[in-house]
Amino acid sequence: MDLGPFLLLATLEGLLQAAVLTLTALGLSLVFGVMRIVNVAHGEFYMLGAVIAWWTASLLSSNPAAGFFLALVISPLLVGAIAYACERLILKRLEYDPEATIVATIGMLYVIQQTVLIAYGPDARPVEAPFFFRVQFPWFGYSGYNLFVIAAAIALLGICWYILTKTRLGLIMRATQFDRETAQAFGIPVGKVYGYVFAAGAMLAAIAAVLIVPIRQAHYLMGLDPLLLSFIVVIIGGLGSLRGTVIAALIIGLSDGVISVFFSPTLAKMISTLLVALVLVFKPEGLFGARAR
Amino acid sequence: MSNSIIKPQKGISRRSVLQGMGATAGTGLALQAMPGFVRYSQAGTSEPVKIGLQLHRTGIGASYGRWYERVTAAAVKVINDGGGINGRPVEVIIEDDGTDPKRGAEVLEKFATQHKVDVAYGTLFSHVVIGSAPRAGELKMPYVVVSEGHHVASGKLNRYVFQPGITDVRSQVIAMAPWISKNLGKKVTMIFPDFAFGHDHRDYFSEAIKAQGGEVAGLIAIPPTESSFTRYLPQISSSTEVLYHVMVGPAVLTFVKELGQFFGSTRPQIFGFIDSLEAVDLATPQLEFLEGTYFWEGNPRYAQKDQTEYDKFYREMVGVDANGASASDPKDISTYSHMFGCWESLFAIKQAMEASGYEGQTPKDKQGFIEAMEAIQKFDEGREHPQGDKIFNGKNHQCYGHQNISKVTGGRLELVHRTAIEDGLYEVSADYTKMSL
Repeated sequence: MDLGPFLLLATLEGLLQAAVLTLTALGLSLVFGVMRIVNVAHGEFYMLGAVIAWWTASLLSSNPAAGFFLALVISPLLVGAIAYACERLILKRLEYDPEATIVATIGMLYVIQQTVLIAYGPDARPVEAPFFFRVQFPWFGYSGYNLFVIAAAIALLGICWYILTKTRLGLIMRATQFDRETAQAFGIPVGKVYGYVFAAGAMLAAIAAVLIVPIRQAHYLMGLDPLLLSFIVVIIGGLGSLRGTVIAALIIGLSDGVISVFFSPTLAKMISTLLVALVLVFKPEGLFGARAR
Repeated sequence: MSNSIIKPQKGISRRSVLQGMGATAGTGLALQAMPGFVRYSQAGTSEPVKIGLQLHRTGIGASYGRWYERVTAAAVKVINDGGGINGRPVEVIIEDDGTDPKRGAEVLEKFATQHKVDVAYGTLFSHVVIGSAPRAGELKMPYVVVSEGHHVASGKLNRYVFQPGITDVRSQVIAMAPWISKNLGKKVTMIFPDFAFGHDHRDYFSEAIKAQGGEVAGLIAIPPTESSFTRYLPQISSSTEVLYHVMVGPAVLTFVKELGQFFGSTRPQIFGFIDSLEAVDLATPQLEFLEGTYFWEGNPRYAQKDQTEYDKFYREMVGVDANGASASDPKDISTYSHMFGCWESLFAIKQAMEASGYEGQTPKDKQGFIEAMEAIQKFDEGREHPQGDKIFNGKNHQCYGHQNISKVTGGRLELVHRTAIEDGLYEVSADYTKMSL
């Protein structure tokens, strides 16, 4: 294959990777930004999103499109409810102590993973795409659904950006992030905001998973990769910086796509890990992160 | 998940009692005329023969594990209904290895120290076998594996490890290379998982296709945990006449789908190992592109026109319908191409135990068992060996049998060629019998 087509395929693969990664990493970044919690269970919320999507879609297996779009609604809602419950029952009681919450979210990781293993089983199960068509380029074919995922992720990011910057809800979240005590003094129910933010972070991961599950499959061990990549993205972008998260996800996703296609996926992972190390050494707050006050 | 047990049927204890009474009354001869009722009476002890099944219940081999367990339960039922082994019922103790080499070795240890099994058997993934085998040797525990890699046959393991139920990759690929080069093409690009089992494909198929005057146009190794494959596909050069694929693990369906998206109708000839599609329904949307491609099958998933009575019996006992799906759930597709190895391995264990008069877990009995297994030269096709007849080489502890090439036709796999045993033979250099026991 010539360089041009090669690059096209690499870009498409990179954009797909970046699209899903941005949504997942945004969830992780949001939770850290507002609550200062490193959520190690984030990948398991992603996995849970995919597994619930399979379950919802299999209820409506006669119509793949209906099943998928129903999953797109139900799965984030259920995952959000579970995350909310986890926050209220566990993290709140730990008073958001940084070390304790890390250990607690590691615990959540295993509890969620093993519960899914017992209830859903160890198999990888497919969810049918809502529609399927091949886009035939002169050199290769590409799935139309993959292009839809890229578009959907961009739209969802737009919605997130709008909520965070233009609405009262976003203002409350930003105020809580900026100064917890002052926000409380101005009558913002900080506890509730924390609960909702934790749920929203998990929901973003679940949405990403629902989008990707017709391409990959739902499997109980699928949470690890997105967790690692999300960490890479938020460290490079700057913990808590939404703009940084989006830009870092694009960099990581695209470079992963291009390096994977031209060289090897293992090299791509090595380079992103190296990037993390460099960022930590030379700009520990991340490319767009604010210095700790 | 903790261990579970496939126990002999309840009727057995009643039978043993009856047999005891029968023996006292001197009616032994009359009872011997009734198969399945009598043979326990010959046993010196009625303690069960304990077989430890090392099972991929979780991890990336789980879909195989699910079926390996069912096949084992079915074979044990047949063995016990037929009077057990040397008059003793068989009990299977299951431990999950998580498809993880480290846990595999721990499982063997548990079998030896906690469950005190007679024989360990079972697992498929080559890295688990390779990780566990040294421990089997140290524990002096016979370890009968249902894997496919060339690791047993190569002599890399030890005297306690056997592979009597399924052929090794080297044998499989050299048996099929002539057919591929004659019917599909000579320039081959290979896609294989980047670990032991995949490397066997890479090394031995490359060698075999070159011996046929063919050439390998590209080698694409993919890490076994990979979940996305499109990025590898541009490496397939346009001069490729035959694309050879063999993938394993939970992402196999994604792999085949992405292959279809990439090529559409303008594909080269495709020859796959059914590993890329085990436990996956051929009727899954987007798999239509596989129509007209070819697969290796250890045992044909779909019941063929000339299905043998043995395949019919085996299929019925393990609960698989004519399409290779579970008889109770048409969506639950079996790993039909590999799982016969469990059935046949259990009967090979039975044969060796009976030949050596295996009684208990003394070093002498275990030694006798290993020597008896090594003395086996062939397995005849039959209820015990429904996949077909095989020869067994006691030196490298490996069996050799027939391979099947099937074509996807009308959404089914139709057998187009069955190789002879001789096609899969190679010069054996390993000799485990020289190792001390």
